[in-house]
Order: sequence, then structure tokens, then C-alpha cells
Amino acid sequence: MAQLIKDGALCENSWVRVTPEDAEGIPANGDIIVSLSCWLEQKEALKNHNGKVAVCLKPGQEPAELAGDLADLPMIAIDFPVFADGRGYSYARELRTRYGYQGEIRAVGDVLQDQLFYMWRCGFNAFDIRADKDASEALKGLNDFTVTYQADARDPRPIYRRQPE
Amino acid sequence: MYVYQDYDQRLLDERVAQFRDQTQRYLDGKLAEEEYRPLRLQNGLYVQRYAPMLRVAVPYGMMASAQLRMLAHICRTWDKGYCHVSTRQNIQFNWPELQDVPDILEALASVQMHAIQTSGNCIRNTTTDEFAGVNAKEIDDPRPWCELIRQWSTFNPEFAYLPRKFKIAVNAVPDEDPALIGVHDIGVQIVENGQDETGFQIWAGGGLGRTPMTGEVIGEFIEPKYLLAYLEAVLRVYNKYGIRDNKYKARIKIIVKAMGRDKFRELTEREFAELKDGPITLTEHEIERMRASFPAPAYSSLTDLPQALSQALSSDKAFSRWYHTNTRAHKQAGYRAVTLTLKKTGRVPGDITDEQLDVVADLADRYSFGEVRTTHQQNMVLADVRQDELFDLWQALESMGLATPNLKLLTDIVACPGGDYCSLANAKSIPIAEAIQHRFEDMDYLHDLGELDINISGCMNACGHHHIGHIGILGVDKKGREYYQITLGGRGDKVSRIGDKMGPSFESDEVADVVEKIVNLYVELRHDGELFIDTYERVGMEPFKERIYGPAN
Repeated sequence: MAQLIKDGALCENSWVRVTPEDAEGIPANGDIIVSLSCWLEQKEALKNHNGKVAVCLKPGQEPAELAGDLADLPMIAIDFPVFADGRGYSYARELRTRYGYQGEIRAVGDVLQDQLFYMWRCGFNAFDIRADKDASEALKGLNDFTVTYQADARDPRPIYRRQPE
Repeated sequence: MYVYQDYDQRLLDERVAQFRDQTQRYLDGKLAEEEYRPLRLQNGLYVQRYAPMLRVAVPYGMMASAQLRMLAHICRTWDKGYCHVSTRQNIQFNWPELQDVPDILEALASVQMHAIQTSGNCIRNTTTDEFAGVNAKEIDDPRPWCELIRQWSTFNPEFAYLPRKFKIAVNAVPDEDPALIGVHDIGVQIVENGQDETGFQIWAGGGLGRTPMTGEVIGEFIEPKYLLAYLEAVLRVYNKYGIRDNKYKARIKIIVKAMGRDKFRELTEREFAELKDGPITLTEHEIERMRASFPAPAYSSLTDLPQALSQALSSDKAFSRWYHTNTRAHKQAGYRAVTLTLKKTGRVPGDITDEQLDVVADLADRYSFGEVRTTHQQNMVLADVRQDELFDLWQALESMGLATPNLKLLTDIVACPGGDYCSLANAKSIPIAEAIQHRFEDMDYLHDLGELDINISGCMNACGHHHIGHIGILGVDKKGREYYQITLGGRGDKVSRIGDKMGPSFESDEVADVVEKIVNLYVELRHDGELFIDTYERVGMEPFKERIYGPAN
């Protein structure tokens, strides 16, 4: 069953996450998500990979590390080892607003229904829902609120710039 | 006060629905305890010793009478007939059932109240001077700025999962710190720059709890329109660099200290530069809208000390004592601001019953434009009372046990709920407060002693603000027994300052004796007109230490 929510709908996940511990190393083909260290070490080789390549940022790894590579990356994954570690929210926001990143930003790891609305507002557009949860249920989390006070990655206007003057 | 627009109400209604669903999923076993926990905390719901505790937000301490009546209704319907004013100016219910909480939130939402972000690792209720708007010394009304901060911080998507709780306070009074901004994660001091322009001096890195410290100025003069941009910059730095692997080091104060103020400021300035003049910049229209949300009430044109008041003052000693202790000057001639101390001996500090809430609501309607404030000293304020009606008000309060003339005196004790309720506590607070109050029952003596803040916390989390009490009492656990550590010289009045530890801790039945000895020594040492804190600052810790523990060696 699909665990991926992208742009507001469930969809199949073509991407494989490659961790540094993987004994087989990087697969020859297919869309892969590699760690930041893997990307920084093997960037040139990875550009010739037969498939798309994305990088996963962990908490403590800031978007600035990828500032020069954003045009080469169709997707950046941001890992939530535990959902209560909120650094990823600032990273996504920064990618969208500081760097103007237009590609996919995907939340991976401990990704759950009750955080989706905040994540979406911070610029995530894809959510790889934790494997033991029902992603079709989690999808509802995107619609928790119709009102927001602040500017966000979706709408740069805080509420006081959305009201007619 | 700020009145909700349609969208404010809709947001609240959506929150109630969201929390109802979350709670249902938890009760159905679809949401694990550790997944539900941060969600319920961000809605002010703790699981306590005997029952959940629900903390209801009172934004910057302002309430309308209809809201008080709803609190009374909740006390009666879902609790045991009383609630508690916290040191964050919030209201706490000690006995709700978990499954009733969504209904309680729905009831609160019907009067524009909620429990959003009253706990958890997020931006908490913004607090300010309980005399905001009526304090003649303030250079601006802080409440419009508090409301702007409230809206900016409510469900701010980027700052819902911070390293730790985050508290902001705003003060507009020069050379005093009634909002305790010095011990907040961010303190906002409204200042004038000498060219008739007001702006904000921003403090960061203060906090009580473990490792208490006062904050440092990181922004000297932030223009009003950039207030939220600057706050967002600070929060972004904290969210990215705050310590997350040790909750005792997770408050902003630790990183401000660790990286140094200058580095912290540099990182903040970098974020600020990007936000400045962007869409987050406040519009003139929005600032004016907020100011207009806090209009001066329809005061009558009166003069100070009308005959009705002067007659009552000279003919009734009890009234006169209350007047001089519990009411204060007002910026509008002919009015006083009245504090109802919730500190009658034998009552839990800060507790108020449903019946009292209803009476206070009625009195607010009759005497104070229908508004009531809560204070961080766990009292309530009727801010706009005509002087010629003070005697009538006093009589009504007196009959309800709400006119104890002890504001700022020794028995006006601030205490957290402590071990009687709170599962975090190491020790009880309430019986200690009561024992001290019983020791000092002579009202003449209390008045002779003058202002003396006693603050009691049942644990390091310092909800009773013990660090800033002139006499601070902290409950500690020693091999399963309750002990109490005393600090002297803390203050949260002219400035915020952390008290000094006196020495080894005491057993619960010794605390009142120790306080009495400290007070006796003060009486022996004081110069004419000197308050306890002044004497302490003049003579230092040594004489007190010697009196309590005996001469060194």
C-alpha cells in the first residue's frame, strides 16, 4: 500500500533511500535518496547515475550545505528521526524562501498525520508516512485548518496582508 | 480588549475539532501515548498525580466577565468547584476527565478562550504588566503588541517543535520589570529613543527553572514594524541551534550563554536582515487595528479623592488598610486599580471557586467595565474602578473573602500546585505556604514588615518563581524525603534578579521557623523605612546565614 503523499494525494514511491550502512552500496539504476556525506563525497559520480538522485538532510545538516547544488537536485528529503525534533521545519522553510528551491521537499522518517499541516506550510510537498500508519488516514492531516495567521512557504503574506486594507 | 474576527473564531473551532479527533484516536488506540503526548501538551493537558490538569490560556492576563462566568461553569460541570491562577497568568483546572476535555475546549471556544500552546515545547502565552493600559508610568500600551505576538505565535508552523518551551513577556514601564522580562526566553522592553519614537529593546536568554539566569540585550532598538520579523529571526536561530539531546540544556538561555551573546546576535541579525521589510513587516493598518482593539474604557470625568472616598477612609480602618495595600494609582483621575489577592490564609494560593468567579464577573460588570486581569503573582485585578465606588466594591469583596489586605506582603505567597497535584514536583508547596501564612496572622505586624515576596516551587521547574522571591523556597527530594532549599535576595520588581542560595536545606516542618528567623533578623537590622530586600542588599547573606545555621566554625 502506498505510504507516500505527494501534492495532496497518495501516490507510489519510486525512490529508494540508500543509507551509508547499505552493504551493497548504491544500486546501479533507479531513483535514489543518498545521505549528505555520500552526496558531498561522490557528487560528480552521482551526476552520472542512471536515475534521479536526491539528498537527505538530517537534523544538524543545514540547507546551506547544498546551496550550490540545488539546480542538480530534483528532490531534497528531510529526515525526522523523531517527530518532535523540529529543525526540519526551518530547513524546509529556508529551502523555499531563502534559496527559492522549487523541487520536491519530502519529509521522511517519523512522519505522522498530526504534523502534516505544519510541514506543508513550511514547504514540504511530499510526506513518506511512517510504515505502520495508514497513509490514507494521515492525508486528512493536511486539512486540519482553513485559517492561518502567519506567512508561510505557501503564501508569503501574513494574515494582515491578506485582508483588504 | 481584542475581540475575535470571524477567522479567529473559525481557527479556534477548527482546533477544537482537531483535538477532539486526536483524543478519539488516542482513546481508540490509533495514536500511541508518545505520539499523543506532545499533542495534548500543546493543548495544555498534563497527566497529573490524580487526574489530568488542563491549563487554559489567558492571553496577557486579560479576561472579560463572560469568560469568567464560563470558567465558573467549567469548575462546576467538569471540575470540583474551583480553579487556579498560574504564574503565567493562565487558569488551571485540576480535575477534568480526559474524555471531557474536547467538550471543555468547545465550551471555552464559545467565549473566545482556548488552551492552545499553554504547555509543550512551543511558544507559550505572552505575558505583560497586569496594569497595562492604566499604569501612568508606561510609555505605551503593551497589549496591542502582545496580541500581535499571540497571533504570530499561534500555530506558527515553524516553531511548534522547539527544543524546549519558549516564553515571551512585554514590558512598557521604564526602570521597573513588572512583567519579569529579565527572566524570559525573550523579553520585549518598549523604549523611547530620545527622538520621540518608540521601539523595542529585545532581551534574550533569561529563564528560571534549572540554571536560572537573567537575559541579555541582543537588540537595542527595533522599530515597531519589525517586531515580528525580529522575533521570528530569534526563534529561527533557536529552532536550528538549540540543544535537543538534553532537556536540561534545551532552553534558549543555554545556547545564548554557550555561543555568547555576540555570536547569537550575529546569527539573529543574519536572519533578521532577510525578513526585514519582507511581508512579515507590520503594516500601519495592522498596528492601528491592534491599538484600536484596546481602547480606553468610557471613563467619566472625575477628580481624585472624592468626598465619598475620603469619608470612608477616615471612618473605616479596615477599608483604609485595604485601600492603601490593594489599590493603586491610575492614570485616569478619579479611578484606582484594585487587586483581589487570592491569598486568604487557609486557601491554596491562586485558587478561586466557581462562586467567587461569578461574583468577580458581576463586580467587574458593575464597577470595572466588565474586564478582569490575572497576575503572575496569582491574583486578580479590577483595573478601572471609580474611587467613589471603592467602598461598595470593598464590602462586596469582603463578604466573599476576596479583600484580604495583603498585596505584596509576606502572606501574598506565590506557590505552584506542588506535590499535592503535580507529578513533576519533588515536594509539596501548598502546606508550606499555609504554615507560613499561619505563622504571620497578625495583620498589623504584616503591614509593619512591609513588602516581602515569598515564592515557593515544588521542583526545579520553578513554576512558583522561587528564584525571584525575596525569600525563595524550593522543594527538593533527598532520598525520598521532602526538603526545602532557601534562597534570599531574588527579586522581580524593579529588576529581575536571581536569589542566592542560603545553605543546606530544611525539613518541611522547619520551613516556617526558618522564615520567621529570617524575618526577625530583618526587623533587627532594618534601617528606617527599609524593605526586606533593601536590608538584604545592604547587609548581604552572611548575617542571615549565621542566624540560621550558627556562626561559621
